[in-house]
Amino acid sequence: MISSPENTAAVNIHRDDIGTRMGIWLFLFTELLLFGGMFFIYSIYRFLHQNEFHLAALELNVIVGTFNTAILLTSSLTIALSIAAIQNDNKKLSVILQIMTLVLGAAFLVNKYFEWMAKINHGIYPGSDLLLSKKPGEILFFGLYYVMTGLHGLHVIIGMVLIAVMLRLTVRNKIDSNNFVRLEAAGLYWHLVDIIWIFLFPLFYLIT
Amino acid sequence: MENMPEQNQKKNNTGYTKYILVWFTLIILTGLTVSLAGMDLGRITVATALLIASIKSSLVLSVFMHLKSEQKAFKVFVLVALFFIVVSFVLLFSDYSSY
Repeated sequence: MISSPENTAAVNIHRDDIGTRMGIWLFLFTELLLFGGMFFIYSIYRFLHQNEFHLAALELNVIVGTFNTAILLTSSLTIALSIAAIQNDNKKLSVILQIMTLVLGAAFLVNKYFEWMAKINHGIYPGSDLLLSKKPGEILFFGLYYVMTGLHGLHVIIGMVLIAVMLRLTVRNKIDSNNFVRLEAAGLYWHLVDIIWIFLFPLFYLIT
Repeated sequence: MENMPEQNQKKNNTGYTKYILVWFTLIILTGLTVSLAGMDLGRITVATALLIASIKSSLVLSVFMHLKSEQKAFKVFVLVALFFIVVSFVLLFSDYSSY
């Protein structure tokens, strides 16, 4: 019983899970500013060049876009379930679900790669002769397409790195049913990336 | 609430079914927005697409991101952020609509 103060001290290390989550939410608002600004630019140029935006959007592959939307939505499900699993003390399931999230994120990027390469092989990339010969509105559309989906893709990569770190921590029991706020934080970031895609998809692929 | 252990606060987020149902709804809504885009809805095309995207986002925010079971402060934060996005859009378009 004499040794119990040390044990208690170890258990009572200050931890503020609510504060951590609130910090992440505040960070997500800065991401909202970053992408919000781009959505503002998109909406203004779209408003000024409506027909050219419609024409340019015809070039994008709706099937690939829809498929990628489904992939990202499913990855949001798997990361949400992995948090529920760790809360239920089911480490194995949580690890499997985190790996699934990583696989789905990679699948999204592979699709994006092929989609971009198809465009680039057709001569449509920023500064290409073919693109510059098109109308101003179409040049703006593809400029925004590359910047916005590119920045979103970068966020997918960052999210995957974060989840890979969480996976390692979960495997090493650093994340468990009593301490999973870091996994929650990575999850929140991943969901934000999903929400951004929820808006990017109709605005770029479905305005034909 | 503040002094409650983490476990007690989070018990309501541990079921799997709720997440799967939300995912299913999200997929259905994606199918809906794609099929609606194939039709000619004229002026309300963009509004419909944005409405569906907003419904999808609110599902992700409230269930996947646990906003529903968070403290009130979180909800107020998000509402304030969204409010300023809307204000910015309104101001932006009040400026450009004269073009």
